[in-house]
Amino acid sequence: MKTYLTFLWRCFRLSFVGDGRYYAWMFFLTAVALLGLNAYCRQIVHGLAVTGMTDQVSWGLYIANFTFLVGMAAAAVMLVIPVYIYRNRELHDLVIFGELFAVAAIIMALLFVTVDLGRPDRFHHLFLRFNFPISMLTWDVLVLNGYLLLNLHICGYLIYCAYRGRRPGKLFYLPFVFIAIVWAVSIHTVTAFLYSGLGSRPFWNSAVIAPRFLASAFAAGPAFLILTLGVLRRIGAYEVPPKAFLTLRNIVTVAMTINMFLLGSEVFTEFYTDSAHTASARYLYLGLDGRAALVPWIWSAIAMNTAALVLLYLPVSRRERFLHPACVLMIVGIWIEKGMGLIIPGFVPTPLGEIVEYTPTLNESLVSAGVWAFGLLLFTIMVRITVPVLSGRLTEHTGYTPDAPPRSPDHAEARAQEGAA
Amino acid sequence: MRLPILKSHSGANGNGGGSCGSGCGCGSGDAGSAPTDGPGVSRRSFLRTGTAAAGGLTAIAAALSPLRELEREDAPSLEQFLQKHYKEMTPDDMERALERIRAQVERRYGVRPELRDYKPMDGVEFVYALNISRCIGCRKCVHACVAENNQSRSPEVQYIRVIEMPRGTMDLEKGNHHYDRPTVPDEGHFYLPVQCHQCANPPCVKVCPVEATWQDADGITVIDYDWCIGCRYCEAACPYWARRFNFSRPRLPADQVNPNMGYLSNRPRDKGVMEKCHYCLQRTRQGRMPACLEVCPTGARKFGNVLDPESEVSQILRTKRVFVLKEDAGTLPRFFYYFDERYPSGLDPEAAEIARRLEHEEGDRYGRLPGADGPELRWRDLTPNQRGTLA
Repeated sequence: MKTYLTFLWRCFRLSFVGDGRYYAWMFFLTAVALLGLNAYCRQIVHGLAVTGMTDQVSWGLYIANFTFLVGMAAAAVMLVIPVYIYRNRELHDLVIFGELFAVAAIIMALLFVTVDLGRPDRFHHLFLRFNFPISMLTWDVLVLNGYLLLNLHICGYLIYCAYRGRRPGKLFYLPFVFIAIVWAVSIHTVTAFLYSGLGSRPFWNSAVIAPRFLASAFAAGPAFLILTLGVLRRIGAYEVPPKAFLTLRNIVTVAMTINMFLLGSEVFTEFYTDSAHTASARYLYLGLDGRAALVPWIWSAIAMNTAALVLLYLPVSRRERFLHPACVLMIVGIWIEKGMGLIIPGFVPTPLGEIVEYTPTLNESLVSAGVWAFGLLLFTIMVRITVPVLSGRLTEHTGYTPDAPPRSPDHAEARAQEGAA
Repeated sequence: MRLPILKSHSGANGNGGGSCGSGCGCGSGDAGSAPTDGPGVSRRSFLRTGTAAAGGLTAIAAALSPLRELEREDAPSLEQFLQKHYKEMTPDDMERALERIRAQVERRYGVRPELRDYKPMDGVEFVYALNISRCIGCRKCVHACVAENNQSRSPEVQYIRVIEMPRGTMDLEKGNHHYDRPTVPDEGHFYLPVQCHQCANPPCVKVCPVEATWQDADGITVIDYDWCIGCRYCEAACPYWARRFNFSRPRLPADQVNPNMGYLSNRPRDKGVMEKCHYCLQRTRQGRMPACLEVCPTGARKFGNVLDPESEVSQILRTKRVFVLKEDAGTLPRFFYYFDERYPSGLDPEAAEIARRLEHEEGDRYGRLPGADGPELRWRDLTPNQRGTLA
């Protein structure tokens, strides 16, 4: 117990150590997170009226970000499957980064739901009167928190074992890894069912929502990891085998291809049928009655996604110079398409045929930026701690020794894997 | 291999802390030596840590500063916080809750309300029927509802939406929600009032994560305003756009408070909770008619107990060609519409005559009811001054 507390204390102290770039980055994130907190306090005082949401468009930027982030969290599994099921060695060291990101993404997703609540002070009502299994929202509460715990356990256990120089006990983490694989699919499926289960919203009431969520998540999540690992490599903190990038690139390419195919199926069904139920799709892609706030957004998303996919298909994207821009384009494209591009048209027109548009307010955007900054702050700190632990620079006996020669990364876990095989 | 971002502090003296500079809360400059549990804290590093920590705390305090504007009424009292779910309350619990709300209303509005928890009556299932051939689109129901049910006046929360529909279609997307004519009804249109349909298979009840809304035995779907967490999932689930959310603190002038209140119906609401039409249960569960029906000048609205074969609504359901909106949604509404077969293509002449009389009697007020679907008062459109006076 004392060892564990010492470990936590060392992690805490370590999160304040770094070079100038580290401090600048952390300062920036902290400042944005505090601005977000400030904006959220204003929202607490004045109510959700400080957002752009109305009775007509009753969910907005918060729920859009929530949806996107659940996907990002689920995507960690795309690294876990190759490693634990296909025993792909290249990705082995990266699994932990994927899962750390899943933890940060889930925390952001949960924060986005919380800031969307009109009465966060009544959060405990969920524990007292839980409409399970009828309400899909209760399913979402369970799967999201379950996924958070699973990933916290897996990462925490592996990192702590590496810190103590012990071999991780298979029983203590392998079963959880396999549960987490199934669970990751479930979080995004359940989140898709939140929307597709509503008969009153034809735009969401489609069976393709869940598969599309998964496909776009498995594109955006690994794309984010490519960028993270690229940054870690560039600042020399962590060496990633180049083959790992290629595997990730393949995953992203396949997932994105499937996503674009599903998008095409959806667009065809909506526009060829051309029934009264396609008003929302028309609003999204073409505008309705001269109101077209989302049209430029969705077309730029489609352009970005297409450009990213073309880049990924070309051999040039084997090089970072092209791979990274492709990843950025894809993440932004999917963020638009699966965030605002999915949530807002569901509300336009209303079930009674009224067309009211939605634009996020500054306050709302600040809160959202704050949640993102807080999540990235957590992720940075977790990576900051994990890198020296995995490379043997932070151990139980030596404490933090920044200049020690690097041990082979993820040493302990690698040995455990050999045992497993 | 050396890790540049992990420079030990002794090696790059002052470098890390310097770039951090002002108190951002991100930490002290001396942490580099800390994980190795180095020797005692030097005075300089102590000062630096202290400054950074103080700066960080100041920044957090500044971020939290808007909370100072919270009013006492905004924070739930301990009693309200610990209040049980409606269905778990004993009669004593309920009496305490009612007393707390009475005191709160008295404090806020200076009126002692007649507040009760009205229960459904045995053998009663309420149903609404609306004769479209008699609706003249005057929106008196909209405003009678607001007055009866203590909705926020600014922004005005309305449970009833009257849609002006072109004759010859039932496509709601062709309707006009914001019609503003010198007089109604208009020749080429008919009027379709929509409010909560009290569905027998309500999607809003299904989706609520905390069971803050449920269907009572008489068919009315109610909301416990003390239980709702404000996630607005029900609002997304409703196919009739019947639910309303209190985006800001409801503003209800003291002289407009209706003191006859029900716990599950028209007691004043708080910011951040849902509300909707409940068939005026504070009236109807005592044998009275809903406010929207009482005010209707043409008698287009009919309400009653469908389990009683002699009731007017039962007769209408038997003899008229009634229909429901969005039958394909499978929600089984308890709100029926019908056209009078005698006037298949126009208004009931009697209703038209009433409209003419009202126009004559009420002059300019008729057809241009104050606040009728005017642009909603939005917080972000207000100047800081206006916010101050409204808050």
